[in-house]
Amino acid sequence: MNKQPSRRGFLECMGWAGTGLVWSVGGGVLSSVSLDQALAAPKASVKPFSFLQVSDSHIGFNKPPNPDARATFREAMAKIKALPEQPAFILHTGDISQLSRDQEFDDADQILKETGLTVFHVPGEHDMLDEGNGAAYLARYGKGSLGDGWYSFDHNGVHFVALINVKELKAGGMGHLGEAQLAWLKQDLTGRSSSTPVVVFTHVPMWTVYADWGWGTDDSTQAMALLGRFGSVTVLNGHIHQVIQKVEGNVAFHTARSTAFPQPAPGQGPSPGPLKIPAGELRAALGVRTVTVTRGSHPLAVVDASLAT
Amino acid sequence: MHQIFLRRTLACGLAGCAAVTLGAAAPASSMHVMHPHPLVKTAASAPAPGHAAAPEATLMKVAATAPAVVKIGNFTFGPEVLTVAPGTTVTWVNEDDIPHTVAASDKSFRSKVMDTDDRFSMTFAKPGTYEYFCSIHPHMTGKVVVKAP
Repeated sequence: MNKQPSRRGFLECMGWAGTGLVWSVGGGVLSSVSLDQALAAPKASVKPFSFLQVSDSHIGFNKPPNPDARATFREAMAKIKALPEQPAFILHTGDISQLSRDQEFDDADQILKETGLTVFHVPGEHDMLDEGNGAAYLARYGKGSLGDGWYSFDHNGVHFVALINVKELKAGGMGHLGEAQLAWLKQDLTGRSSSTPVVVFTHVPMWTVYADWGWGTDDSTQAMALLGRFGSVTVLNGHIHQVIQKVEGNVAFHTARSTAFPQPAPGQGPSPGPLKIPAGELRAALGVRTVTVTRGSHPLAVVDASLAT
Repeated sequence: MHQIFLRRTLACGLAGCAAVTLGAAAPASSMHVMHPHPLVKTAASAPAPGHAAAPEATLMKVAATAPAVVKIGNFTFGPEVLTVAPGTTVTWVNEDDIPHTVAASDKSFRSKVMDTDDRFSMTFAKPGTYEYFCSIHPHMTGKVVVKAP
């Protein structure tokens, strides 16, 4: 294996887990602990499981480089169904639809249903384009949520927080959480043990990837300050249709691929519009993400798989 | 308030129908005047009753204010700052393969979502500076400056 592990090499490492090494990746940094160490770590309340992240399905998109975003989303679902170990649930990190049309949401729901898994949603800006500026999204997916659709839940000892950063965007700004949501987040985290692993999922990146294209969230630092005391924070988002990872202290940020079309690397090109790659290269640029929570190992194991593999 | 949205049809404001928009003196016209902002939306293809009866003076006024177009491409408004005479109809055309909107920064007007080739038109009746942005991609900003020539 090379000193700089390739994706293939990394996946091979994952395959060795059963023989005593647990590999995990946080922000592209690989680390390993012995299985004994991992099992001995004081995380009794966390039970191992995995979950899926899909993002930016843009159902309704039909322009280069992808004439049918429904078809590639369906391929992504087939990939999930074929996983040897079924994930506990799916997180969809927004831009379900291209234009917030009922038919697009209907089709997305129908395709997601093919997995038979529970899906947790957050909206992207493309899901806010109905007459009511997001009322359609909220009516469909907002049951049990608060404010513009934010909520939290727990699974096997991990706390999941769904944040909305695509509402009431301001001229010249980027993604936005707003005071009401930040107040709720503070309240939601109060009283939770700092050893509770936290997964935040939202649409727009929670760190500034590229301000000129609006790839960041204006008030994300306030949210990250509230999360600062937790020993393991994993932030999952979409929006920029490519895998970018960053680690800051105990926080690992991961942006995911789209299942519809890729976008250029930050600042590479005249605009953040769809990257018009040849048809034969499309599926390698699309993908889904598996996140595995292993008892005791701090960073969650994040594996991005393209639709071409 | 109603916002007139023009889908894949050349805005009437660019052609003869502009008389409807600017026929501010004709009470039966189909234009919409926004309050408190003195903005007037263009009508779509169906001329309102009374259109034919628009005063001659109004028609002449139309000829004096040429329509203006802002092209949306590569996630920018072009030109970013557009200066027009009062009464000018401004039409935005989305030439990107991603949807955009035109939304006033002070929320006084907002287009529906504009997919590729969709248009949105508005007539600016009174002098002033009208700042707007794309509510989907808020880093996209533009300005219409309305002042007498």
